[in-house]
Amino acid sequence: MKNFSGRVLFLDRSDINTDEIIPAKYLTESSKEALKPYLLEDLNLDGFDPKADIRDRAIVVTRTNFGCGSSREHAPWAFEVNNINMVIASGFARIFRQNMFNCGMMAVELDPGTIDHLFKRYGGGETVITTDFDSMLFTVSDDKGTETLPFQVSDFDLAIVRAGGWVDYADKHY
Amino acid sequence: MGKTIAEKIFEAHTVDSLAGDITVIGLDAVFCHEITTPIAINDLMARGKDRVFDTSKIKAVIDHVTPAKDSKTAMQGKILRDWAQRHNIKDFFDIGRNGVCHAIFPEKGFVRPGYTIIMGDSHTCTHGAFGAFAAGVGTTDLEVGILKGVCRFKSPKSMKVAISGTLVPGVYAKDVILSIIKIIGVNGATDRVMEFSGPVVDRMSMEERMTLCNMAVEAGATSGICAPDMVTVDYLWEFIKEEYPSRQAALEAFQAFTPDGDAVYSDTVEVDVADLVPQVTFGFKPDQVRPVSEMEGTKIDQVYIGSCTNGRLDDLRIAASLLEDKRISPKVRAIVSPATPDIFSRALDEGLIKIFMDAGFCVTNPTCGACLGMSTGVLANGEVCASTTNRNFNGRMGKGGMVHLMSPATAAASAVAGTITNSEIFCDKGERR
Ligand code: SF4
Repeated sequence: MKNFSGRVLFLDRSDINTDEIIPAKYLTESSKEALKPYLLEDLNLDGFDPKADIRDRAIVVTRTNFGCGSSREHAPWAFEVNNINMVIASGFARIFRQNMFNCGMMAVELDPGTIDHLFKRYGGGETVITTDFDSMLFTVSDDKGTETLPFQVSDFDLAIVRAGGWVDYADKHY
Repeated sequence: MGKTIAEKIFEAHTVDSLAGDITVIGLDAVFCHEITTPIAINDLMARGKDRVFDTSKIKAVIDHVTPAKDSKTAMQGKILRDWAQRHNIKDFFDIGRNGVCHAIFPEKGFVRPGYTIIMGDSHTCTHGAFGAFAAGVGTTDLEVGILKGVCRFKSPKSMKVAISGTLVPGVYAKDVILSIIKIIGVNGATDRVMEFSGPVVDRMSMEERMTLCNMAVEAGATSGICAPDMVTVDYLWEFIKEEYPSRQAALEAFQAFTPDGDAVYSDTVEVDVADLVPQVTFGFKPDQVRPVSEMEGTKIDQVYIGSCTNGRLDDLRIAASLLEDKRISPKVRAIVSPATPDIFSRALDEGLIKIFMDAGFCVTNPTCGACLGMSTGVLANGEVCASTTNRNFNGRMGKGGMVHLMSPATAAASAVAGTITNSEIFCDKGERR
């Protein structure tokens, strides 16, 4: 299973699309690793510097409809090769969400109020989230304090995250 | 309890039901193109699973960048081509016979009412126009589709989109869908199937229904879908006439995939298009939509007519009717990409290609080309394109470029004017100006 704990990258916007996550011109790359320098290159967010801001981040916290647009699995891959394996948002585009779990990564939905709280309480600062799958809790902390937040992921999604993806599961079952 | 179209299709295709209301469905077709499939092929090979579930149900095309523009795109085409040969996939469309996937596959009769279809392409929802459940998926789902002929979905909820009224001249399916996305937003139909119905849809041709369903994903929908009717039967008749004794018999069979009167929808949107005017997008999201009149005079550098949304014969006819005996503005350049070789060839026969060329258009081979900013019409930083495509994301047609989505009529009129403008077909109506 991949790593789902670490420093948080806050992206305070809704409707961040797949072209912003990884522009179409890189779709000709034939390895995931080649996508690494281009993650969020075209993100439309004031003050965002893709090169500096994603360094050493492991988790993205963002608003709703994250990953809308194209079906490209290059979007999760671009995160994966940058060691970001989890996105927490108040909503996801269907294909992006399913692609994340298919790759053994996590797309976790929290209600808009909780996401709002995370932005207000932690946004902009140094924040770390650790994930506990046994109790299904996130521990969120910064230099001012710590709190825990429950999250939900279906048993099936968790099973393919643990299995490392959908291909082997499906080949065995169908 | 009555059922929606999607529920009836799922019921007929369920292979497995998983916790969390997830259904694994069997697939009638898996469509492939050279951008997303090669990675799936490579991964299957790396896993020692280079197999296909059914060669006759896999259809493949090289369409996004064709002819190849560099070594990387040449390699993507080669991987798809070699794979199709290796597995004896007969319905493989290579250069000379290739066209935009969502235009060429329906044209070849590969889509039928009640079918389940996936493709590694978000605009796969286009094929719902035939009363099929057709959805875009990522590479891993595509891989599993190729390998096992199954895909998993959340059991679909449907949004009923009832469209009433009569469209005035100069207003088209593109304007209708842009206006609907404006109402419900880019996230308005996420995890739902948009079921289009009502007298306006009933009167639409298959091509117009495809334009409608094509953009369902721009509202977040899993798919768009229209109930099959005689228009569907007539379009498909050439391909199905051996299977049914009469068109009436085909229609009766297809009725298995029309919604029940008491079907339950997650939500309903009612749209009256009687007063609808031509629409255009103004930002980087497909729900940022305004009447063309409010954007009139907006400077443009390039006009693009083509794509799976509006690169079909009717689209070219409408645009050409506005361009006849005219020249495009010297301030702009214009490109038309007929969506398939068949469309190109008919456009030649009808004299449309000559009209485009005389007007000053560059005519390209059938390809996605400029639509996704990879070839044949990439924008420079700061440039603006009036486009009949479906997506206006930041950088979509080239880094730093702005895309305004519109109908072919509006695009053609804007090419002549050199700025965004209403088509004269619409303006001739006089009172609405
Ligand atoms: S024409 Fe554009 S939207 Fe349609 S399949 Fe090609 S790239 Fe995608």
